[in-house]
Amino acid sequence: MINTLATYLSYEFVQNALIAGTLSAILGAIVGYFVIIRSAGFAAHALAHIGFAGAAGAALVGLSPLEGMLLLTVGAGVGMGAAGDKVNRSDMAIGMVLSMSLGLGTLFLKLYSGYAGQAKAILFGEIFGVSHEQIIKMAVLSVMSLGALAIFSRRLLFASIQPRLAEGRGLSLSALSMAFMAVLAISVTLASQVVGILLVFTLVIAPAGIALRLCRSFWSGIIVSVILGVIAVWIGILLDCVTGYPATFWITALFFVIYVFVESYCRFFTK
Amino acid sequence: MTPALQITDLRVSLSGNTILSGINAEINAGEFVGIFGPNGAGKTTLVRCIIGTLAPTRGSIKVLGLLPSQAARRVGYMPQGHGTFDSTALSARSMVEAACEGDGWGIPWTSKKSRQEVDRVLEVTDAARYAQRPFSVLSGGERQRVMLAQALLGDPRILVLDEPLASLDPKNQGLLIECVARVKERTNTTVLFVAHDMNPLLNVMDRVMYLAGGGAALGKLDEVVTSECLTKLYGSDIEVVRTQNRVFVVSSEGGVTETECAHHDHD
Ligand SMILES: Nc1ncnc2c1ncn2[C@@H]1O[C@H](COP(=O)(O)OP(=O)(O)OP(=O)(O)O)[C@@H](O)[C@H]1O
Ligand SMILES: [Mg+2]
Repeated sequence: MINTLATYLSYEFVQNALIAGTLSAILGAIVGYFVIIRSAGFAAHALAHIGFAGAAGAALVGLSPLEGMLLLTVGAGVGMGAAGDKVNRSDMAIGMVLSMSLGLGTLFLKLYSGYAGQAKAILFGEIFGVSHEQIIKMAVLSVMSLGALAIFSRRLLFASIQPRLAEGRGLSLSALSMAFMAVLAISVTLASQVVGILLVFTLVIAPAGIALRLCRSFWSGIIVSVILGVIAVWIGILLDCVTGYPATFWITALFFVIYVFVESYCRFFTK
Repeated sequence: MTPALQITDLRVSLSGNTILSGINAEINAGEFVGIFGPNGAGKTTLVRCIIGTLAPTRGSIKVLGLLPSQAARRVGYMPQGHGTFDSTALSARSMVEAACEGDGWGIPWTSKKSRQEVDRVLEVTDAARYAQRPFSVLSGGERQRVMLAQALLGDPRILVLDEPLASLDPKNQGLLIECVARVKERTNTTVLFVAHDMNPLLNVMDRVMYLAGGGAALGKLDEVVTSECLTKLYGSDIEVVRTQNRVFVVSSEGGVTETECAHHDHD
């Protein structure tokens, strides 16, 4: 068992998968913390699917899927941010942008028939197909997103927890909302390279959601969220190597089990 | 000396409806002013103009001689209703820490100075005992105290409290008012206190501002809360009944319009 693992770890595609997975997990866990505290889960979910249309459209105009996804999700994210901040949230606007994008995605698929195989990869992720080049792109984007977040996260946290008060202190809720949605769009796109669009939600929502159920302070929450995300991704990838069942399955299953434990713990022991 | 708050010919229209008009008021530093009026009278609207999140349609507001947006850091504000986070474990203390220096840049690291400031305000409102618990499990009264603590961060010159007594039982109403009054005495802070029931505030208020029918009346309790003055303001027959140091505002139909609303919750 140990030997098999060691063999797998020496393969470059496994190493790349672990690096890409770790990057996505860290970014997802940190950005996810703000998603949960802002109750922006629906927006995160929508952005992932909007990315699908972007990836499909990219093939048509000769961009790479990653570029297409980034273009469309960041645009849509900023638009959603402008349409509704935490106080005046607009689920309707998000829903409409989401359904339009899915419609476009279907159209693009029809227009570009060679795309079906790639579409499957984008939807379900292809963690063992991550190239060295992709990793560099991901690393650059992760650093950019976290750097941006580092600049305005103090304001974002305040405005997310207490929008009315933050507004009273002169913070612009809609500017913060737009900036955050741009960062979220990038994270969602990156994470979807690893786990695929359908499950990107997991890396953004699950670790942070669990951490926020357990941790009473911001920093403990962020740390637990990152640790959970990274560990789950590693275990998922290694189990994939060993068992042949997809990493995505293992990652989601792991989070689900942890979630059920934490939730029952919170229900029965803290009441 | 510049007044703490100067409102001149204020008019506020929202989506074409005039909510407030012709409001004039001058409130001095260190005054405790109770702001009353029925639901929808525009109390929260006025508060939002004062803290600078709503621009008046006409007229001007000066807070400490400055525009509301410039005075933001010297105004402590407690919004109506509690914070919004659902079932997270984030503690009340973390919430106050996020508010302290929450308008700065960088990562939300709480400096030692901020931590001490947070300790201080939690002590003042006697909320330190439960500040480590998740905000979401606190009772209504406990939450109000945490929110009040937040409003006290940075020693504001003016406190603007929008219905801090909502959902408190009479005992806790008394405790919260006492706490505000103590802060006011100690630091000569100006207090604008929005409420529905004026009775618990009778001993601490310097003046009363009564909003109704789009207008406002400001003055001593005995000048403003009279049948005559309120009838003019409401534009319909209002009777003020005073018994054993308690005040009731009764409409001509016989219903008590205002003063007992706050007592619903204590059964
Ligand atoms: N954006 C808006 N567009 C139109 N009307 C509005 C808007 N915001 C508030 N109003 C109206 O302004 C009026 C005053 O509202 P406000 O919240 O100031 O009342 P209030 O005195 O604080 O009432 P309460 O005691 O219920 O808190 C209400 O009739 C409300 O419907
Ligand atoms: Mg109100």
